[in-house]
Amino acid sequence: MTATLIPITRPARTSRPPVALTIDGRTVTAEAGVTLLAACRAAGLEIPTLCFLETLTPANVCRLCVVEVEGARVLVPSCSREVEAGMVVHTNSPRVRHARRLVLEFLASSVDLSTTPGMAELLVEYGCHPERFGASAEPQSTAERAAVGVGHHEPPDTAHAATVAQPVLRDNELFVRDYAKCVLCYRCVQACGVDHQNSFAIALAGRGFAARISTELSVGLPDSACVYCGNCVAVCPTGALMAVPEFDLRAAGAWRPEEQAVTDTICPYCGVGCTVSLHVQDNVIVKATSPFAHGITQGNLCIKGRFGWQHVQPEAATASTAPARAAE
Amino acid sequence: MEDADVVFLWGSNARHAHPIWFHHLLKGVHRGTRLYVMDPRRTASAAWADVWMGLHSGSDVALSNTLAREIIHAGLAHRTFIEHATTGFEAYAAAVEPYTLAEGERLTGVPAAVIREAAHTFATADKAMIAWTLGITEHHNSVDNVLALINLALLTGHVGRWACGCNPLRGQNNVQGGGDMGALPNRLPGFQDILNDDTRARFERHYGVPIQPKHGRNLTEMLEAMADGEMSALLCAGENPVQSDADGHRVADALGRLDHLVVQEIFLTATAKLAHVVLPATASWCEADGTVTNSERRVQRIRKAKEPPAGARDELWIFNELASRLGVDIGAPNAEQVWNEFRVVAPHLAGGMSYERLATHGGLQWPCPDESHPGEAFLHGRLWETPLRGPRVPFSVVQPSMPYEVPDADFPFLLTTGRRLESYNTGVQTGAYQSPLHTEETIDLSPEDAARLEVRDGDVMRVSSRRGAVLVPARVDHGLRAGLVFMTFHSPDVVNTNLLTHDAHDHRSGTAAFKSAAVRVERVNGSRKESL
Repeated sequence: MTATLIPITRPARTSRPPVALTIDGRTVTAEAGVTLLAACRAAGLEIPTLCFLETLTPANVCRLCVVEVEGARVLVPSCSREVEAGMVVHTNSPRVRHARRLVLEFLASSVDLSTTPGMAELLVEYGCHPERFGASAEPQSTAERAAVGVGHHEPPDTAHAATVAQPVLRDNELFVRDYAKCVLCYRCVQACGVDHQNSFAIALAGRGFAARISTELSVGLPDSACVYCGNCVAVCPTGALMAVPEFDLRAAGAWRPEEQAVTDTICPYCGVGCTVSLHVQDNVIVKATSPFAHGITQGNLCIKGRFGWQHVQPEAATASTAPARAAE
Repeated sequence: MEDADVVFLWGSNARHAHPIWFHHLLKGVHRGTRLYVMDPRRTASAAWADVWMGLHSGSDVALSNTLAREIIHAGLAHRTFIEHATTGFEAYAAAVEPYTLAEGERLTGVPAAVIREAAHTFATADKAMIAWTLGITEHHNSVDNVLALINLALLTGHVGRWACGCNPLRGQNNVQGGGDMGALPNRLPGFQDILNDDTRARFERHYGVPIQPKHGRNLTEMLEAMADGEMSALLCAGENPVQSDADGHRVADALGRLDHLVVQEIFLTATAKLAHVVLPATASWCEADGTVTNSERRVQRIRKAKEPPAGARDELWIFNELASRLGVDIGAPNAEQVWNEFRVVAPHLAGGMSYERLATHGGLQWPCPDESHPGEAFLHGRLWETPLRGPRVPFSVVQPSMPYEVPDADFPFLLTTGRRLESYNTGVQTGAYQSPLHTEETIDLSPEDAARLEVRDGDVMRVSSRRGAVLVPARVDHGLRAGLVFMTFHSPDVVNTNLLTHDAHDHRSGTAAFKSAAVRVERVNGSRKESL
C-alpha cells in the first residue's frame, strides 16, 4: 500500500509560542493554551477552587475561582479561561473578594460544609458571615424538594436560610450519599460520565434551588446503572459522597486522619497496574484512593480496587463472610 | 492506545475485566476511535463497539485468515513493510487463500460484508491496535490464535509504531512480572534462553551453580506428571489450582498422589486444605515490598501498607529460609536487593530501573537498560529502521482447529466461561467484600434456549459435562446466542464450575480450553441443597 517506511513515534506536543500577561501587577509568561488558574498557580498565586479538578472537564459552576480580567464585563472563571497575550488579571481585587465571599456565604448558609477540607479557613479568610441570612430553615423532605417544579416561586421566608438538608441515603454496602453536603459541583456527574467511568448512573435533576444529583427516576443505587467504582466518591470535594468505613468512623468519632498512614501500592486484581493508595489507621485499611496525577488511573479505580480489600483486614474489622487467614 | 484510529478488541470483556484500561479506550472512542469487538457474547464491552463481530466460539483463526485474505486481495497489505521486515509472506498468503468472505461467514457466523468492512478499515487505518485476553488464549489452539492476530499486524504494518501493535491484557498485577523474573519453565530471568550455552554460562558464573540445559514443565505438564507419579513433591505458592484449573476432579486427584504438598497461601484455600504443610504468607500487594510489571511492561513498586496477621511471613523470607533449610545460603536479601540482582543479570531489560527511579516516574516500561533511559512506550520500532536492525519477523501459517469438544446430542450446549466485574478468579479475595453487584453464581442462557427449555430466572438447573455436574440457578442473558451458555468460577465453594471444564490444552502454552466445554442443561425441581 504505502511506498515508504514511515515509523510513527509518540506525537510531539504542538508548541505555540508562550504568552505574556500581567497578573496582579507582575508580568508572567505562560504556555499557550493553559488556563488562567494554571498560570496563576505556576506563578505561585493561590486561587481557591471547589468544583475544579485537574482530571475533569471544568464545569464552571462554583464561581469560587473567579478573577477580574481588565476589559471583561464580568468576572471570569480562571479554571477554564485560557490565557491570552496582554491580559491584565487581578486575582485578589475587592470585586473578586466580594464575589468569592458571597459564593462562600450562600454555600455555607445552605449546605453542610463540615467535612469540606479547607472550608473553615476560607470562610475566615474572606470574612464570611453566613449567619446573616438567618437561622437554618426546617429541612424539606426529599419528596418536597423533588416536587418543586420549574417556575414555582413561593414567597421567600426572609427570616430563615433555606438549606439543602435532607436524610442520608445509605442503600448499599460500599458508600453513602449525604446530599445535605452537596454543593452541586458536578464532579461526580463528570467522573461517572464521559470524563472517566462512562456509566452515566447520575445526573443533575431539577432546577434552581431544587436542583440535585439524582439517579434516573431517583431510584436507589442498586437499581441504577451504578457499578460502584467509587470514582464519584474520589472526586467529591465536600464529603457528600463517602465510603462506608469513613462514614461510620466519623459517626463514631473515631476518624483520625492525622494518624493515618497513606501508602501507594499496586492493585492485585488485573494487569493494568493501578496505583492504590491505602489509608491505614490502627493497622486497618479505612480508605483506598488513587493519585489523580498518575497517568494510568487519573485517580480512578474499579469496584475491586476501591473496595475489594476486606480479605486483608484484621479479623475484628472483617465481615463475617471473610475467610480466615491461613496464619490464624 | 487513546490515539489509535482502529482497535480490534478480540476475546476480551475489558469493560469488566480491565475497567481502567477501558477508560482509556473510551477516551479514544469519544474522539473517533473505531472499535471492533470480537466475542461470541454481546458483552458490556461489545455494547461500546462500532461493530460487534459475534463469531462462533473457537473460530478466531478462521476469522483472522478471512480478514487477511480480504486485505491481500484488496491490495491493502503493507507490501513495503512486509518486504522490509518479515519472512514467510508467500506461504502465508497461500495458506489464507481458501478463506474467501463466503467461507469466512460459513466458518465464523459473521456476515461477509462485516468481515470485509473490518478488513478494509483495519488495513487502511493510520494507527490500529489489536488487544486480546483469555478469549484468545484459553483455547486448545491458543498459540495459533495469538499467531493469527500477530499475522494481521504484520500484514498491515500495524506494529512497532505509536498507538499500534498487539496488546495482550494481563489478568493479574504480575503475570508479566513473573515472566520477567524467569518464573517460566523455559526461560532464565529477563526472558533469556535457557538452552543458549553462552547465556547459561553467564548465569552459572554469576550464581556459581550449574544450570540444566532443559525446559521445565508448565502447569498442565506438572499435573500430568503428578498423575503419572513422575512428580512426587510440589511447592504451590499463591495459586488455587483445585478450583482455578480445568477439570477440578482431575486436579485434586493429581495433587492427592503427591508424597509431599506444600502450599504457601494467605488463606486456607481448597488447595491448601489438601496440603501436608501450609506456609502462611503475607498478602504481597499490601503487606510486603517489591515490584510488579503490568500489561504495558511498566514495572511499579508495591509497598507494605499494613502489618500482616501474626504468624504470616513475607514470601521472600519464606524463600530465603527454604533455601537455607535446603542447604543453600543465599543470605537474607530484601526486596530491593533481589530486584537489583535482577538488574545485574538482565541489564538489557531493567538495568536502568532503580527503586528510586521507579518511585519518581510512577514506574518505568522495559526495556530500560541504563539510568538515563526513559523506558519504551512500545516495542519493535526497529522493524521500521533502514537498514533493518536485527532479524526479520516471520508470518506463521495457522489453520483453524475445531474445539476439542463440540456440542452433540448428549451435551448440546457450548459452555464458555469468563469473569464478572466485582469478582476475581476463584473469589479467594473478592468473596470477602460485599456489594450490590455480588450475585449468586448463575448459568446464563440465551432467551431462545430459555424459552425452549421453559426456564425463567432463578430456576435451578443441572449442568453436566462428561467430567462432572453442578446445580446452579438460571439467568437469561440477551447477550448470548442459542446454544451458548456462560458461567464464571468466582464462587467455587457454591458452584464449582471447573468440574465441568476440560483439561484439553495447547501443549505450547499449557493453557487449558476454559472457553469451550460441551454441556447438558436440564431444569430440576427442588432445592439446590440437594446433593448431586
